[in-house]
Amino acid sequence: MRKVAVIGAGMTLFRRRLMETPKELCFEATRMALDSAGIELKDVDAVISGSAPDGFDGVHMKGEYYSDGCGAYGKPYMRVFVGGGTGVFSAISGWYHIASGLADIALVVNEEKMSSCQPHPQSVFAHIWDPILDRPLKPNLIWIFAMEMNRYMTVHKIKKEDIALVAVKNKRNAVDHPCAQLADPNITVDDVLNSEVLAWPVQRLDISPPSDGAAALVMASEDAVKRLHVETPVWMKGVGWCIDSTMWTDRDLYFPEYVARAAKMAYKMAKIDNPRKQIDFAEPYDPFDYKELHHMEGLLLAKKGEAPIMTREGVTQRDGDLPTCPSGGLLGVGNPIAATMGVKIGELYWQLSGQAGKRQIPHEIKTGVTNAWGDLMQYGAVAVMGV
Amino acid sequence: MGQTPQKWPGIELSNDDLLNKKVTQTRYHPRAKFSWSAGEAMSRFLNELKEGRLIGRECKHCNKILFPPRMFCEQCFKPTSKWVYIKDTGTIQTYSISYLDKDAKRITNPIYVGVVSIDGASEKMGIMHYFGEVTKDTIHIGMKVKAKWKPPLERTGSILDIEYFRPLKEGEQ
Ligand SMILES: [Zn+2]
Repeated sequence: MRKVAVIGAGMTLFRRRLMETPKELCFEATRMALDSAGIELKDVDAVISGSAPDGFDGVHMKGEYYSDGCGAYGKPYMRVFVGGGTGVFSAISGWYHIASGLADIALVVNEEKMSSCQPHPQSVFAHIWDPILDRPLKPNLIWIFAMEMNRYMTVHKIKKEDIALVAVKNKRNAVDHPCAQLADPNITVDDVLNSEVLAWPVQRLDISPPSDGAAALVMASEDAVKRLHVETPVWMKGVGWCIDSTMWTDRDLYFPEYVARAAKMAYKMAKIDNPRKQIDFAEPYDPFDYKELHHMEGLLLAKKGEAPIMTREGVTQRDGDLPTCPSGGLLGVGNPIAATMGVKIGELYWQLSGQAGKRQIPHEIKTGVTNAWGDLMQYGAVAVMGV
Repeated sequence: MGQTPQKWPGIELSNDDLLNKKVTQTRYHPRAKFSWSAGEAMSRFLNELKEGRLIGRECKHCNKILFPPRMFCEQCFKPTSKWVYIKDTGTIQTYSISYLDKDAKRITNPIYVGVVSIDGASEKMGIMHYFGEVTKDTIHIGMKVKAKWKPPLERTGSILDIEYFRPLKEGEQ
């Protein structure tokens, strides 16, 4: 397999509602990524896009609908969709287009526009449930997170205060992100604990907001990196992905086994045998505050039940020993599902190439890991990147 | 040569802009209807619910009673072998107390919902369902519960033929 690097990235603002259409958002992010890589569309061999359920936009085939905004016109093009896992998986798809030798330079463009769906994108989420076993119970998507969070808290005897620390950290980190939707420099644990209870134990400030936005990457082979004299390529060191049983009521929700399997696949490729020592920082998927902790454990960066302790001890702060979600994450920057690639793969690229500005981790970093997670709590996509 | 992005595009709208048509827009209201054939495993499962019984499928290769029942085992990838009645009691594996309905609207009387693993099925195999006759102080993970069935004439062959799971009383099977 050939070596693959990220050589440019772009993203739009993340906001609850944006005026631009899906293809206009894609164009903005893609144009930024091309400019940041210093190339033009004619240099691109293949285009990959990621986006979540068509129902948000109300347009089936939405990958085709907005494809011209991704720079796909006249080129090999495909859309990938693995639920919330798309934010990392579309970059994995970009990776295998190049690693296989099929393309030298690829664009990866992710888009989400959740505001079109009225009165709330929750109405579309209702259609992900099993029509026979689950849907007659009229479930709200937040229920599955609440059930998983409760199981995780109960098995490890974790206090809500310790979980709230994640929301506080990420929303504060997001103050330094130019695209952030929910940054708050003054938020406290009490604010989180006193916020409205939506579905116990999930409260309003435990959750990332629905958002509109787009993000894009330029990925390149080693040959292209040399040819273009790229000064700060960030290499895709390892990738992994895995799906668990669709029978989610038959699994113990306290630990994401499928994330661990995806992580082991990525670490093996990256020749990492001790992730806690060899990974310098992480961007775990954080649509809810407990998910950051759950994913740190799934990514084998913490032992089972230990991620809250590391958080309480400050290890995961931007200047800590294992900075975690230095971008501000989904909790602070926003959660336009597939477009969260901008704060996951995008943040690893900007941090490792020294372009993260005010968010830059103050000490030397060489290797980072990120994951995205989705479907009925069953899909894990993991990427290890490094310099 | 490339450069670090300096400008971050996007024009923010408010709910008022969209709701009260202050920005140029179009609207659409889809009307889609579906009917699903319940298939081999779920048809038997639903018909047994109508009789007030829970049923699973045995995988003899894995030595497991799979519940909800299915015609093939995803782990050994062989057909399952036979139908097995299981109990209508179980254990709360996890739960939530929801103040949201399916459209994220706020409700005052919360919904108690969670996963109950069913006695007689293999370990931790269960379904999502409502809990009743509990309060936020009494409900807990590990609580033993039993199905509260609808009266026979009101059952329709649906997961809702069970109204909810309620605490198992002392000495009850
Ligand atoms: Zn089997």
